[in-house]
Amino acid sequence: MSTDNPLQNDDRGGRGGRSGGPRGERSGGGGGGRRGGFRRKRVCKFRTEKIDYIDYKDARLLAQFVPERGKIQPRRLTGTSAKYQRKLQVAIKRARFLALLPYATD
Amino acid sequence: MAAQKQYELVYIASPDATEEQLTELQSLIDGIVTKASGTVDKTDVWGRRRLAYQIGRHKEGHYVVVLFSSAGELVKELDRRLKVNDLVIRHLIVRVDEELEKAARAKQRRDDETRRRRVARGLPPEPTPEELMAKQAALDNQDDAEV
Repeated sequence: MSTDNPLQNDDRGGRGGRSGGPRGERSGGGGGGRRGGFRRKRVCKFRTEKIDYIDYKDARLLAQFVPERGKIQPRRLTGTSAKYQRKLQVAIKRARFLALLPYATD
Repeated sequence: MAAQKQYELVYIASPDATEEQLTELQSLIDGIVTKASGTVDKTDVWGRRRLAYQIGRHKEGHYVVVLFSSAGELVKELDRRLKVNDLVIRHLIVRVDEELEKAARAKQRRDDETRRRRVARGLPPEPTPEELMAKQAALDNQDDAEV
């Protein structure tokens, strides 16, 4: 794993991803060093693991989408589908209110 | 009569509360719900838990989850009563019936689809015990490989 991209900390088994298509490919032209790194193909955790209801009380699950800093991981990094990202977002915000997850850490 | 909806209440009681105070608080909530012709479906006491951040001066809280069904008007009243209560340092009431139903429907749809596909492949609709064991074994191996 490339160490120059600290945000890319979850490795989920990347096979069997029909969804997603050819993303994860970045144009290597020009740009900054941290961009062009290897990305494994990500799939939506909620679809593969068949989680229909994202429970805001399940801090362990939600914490996987909230790295140390406390910010919600964007879809482009986790591969979560749009439908579940919307639900995830609400669940994380509720969990924060209940002090199950931090709003921010420094 | 107003339609019954299902709600979920999570409240965090102060960690300084005594055992009696906590039971008293719980029966107070139960009373409010039943008085408004609602029903308490499930109470789940998590107990003391570390807060992710300080609330007031508290670093820990006593978490309780209450699942109840009632008319919508009750929520307002319950919310007000909890706000006033000094023992409750935080609480959240959310409506859950629609989301849970949606999830159950999605699961149903998926299971039906699985059965349909299995039949189309000439298999029995439900996985046989051997298949389940093989699947579990595969999962276990995968976990070992990742560690």
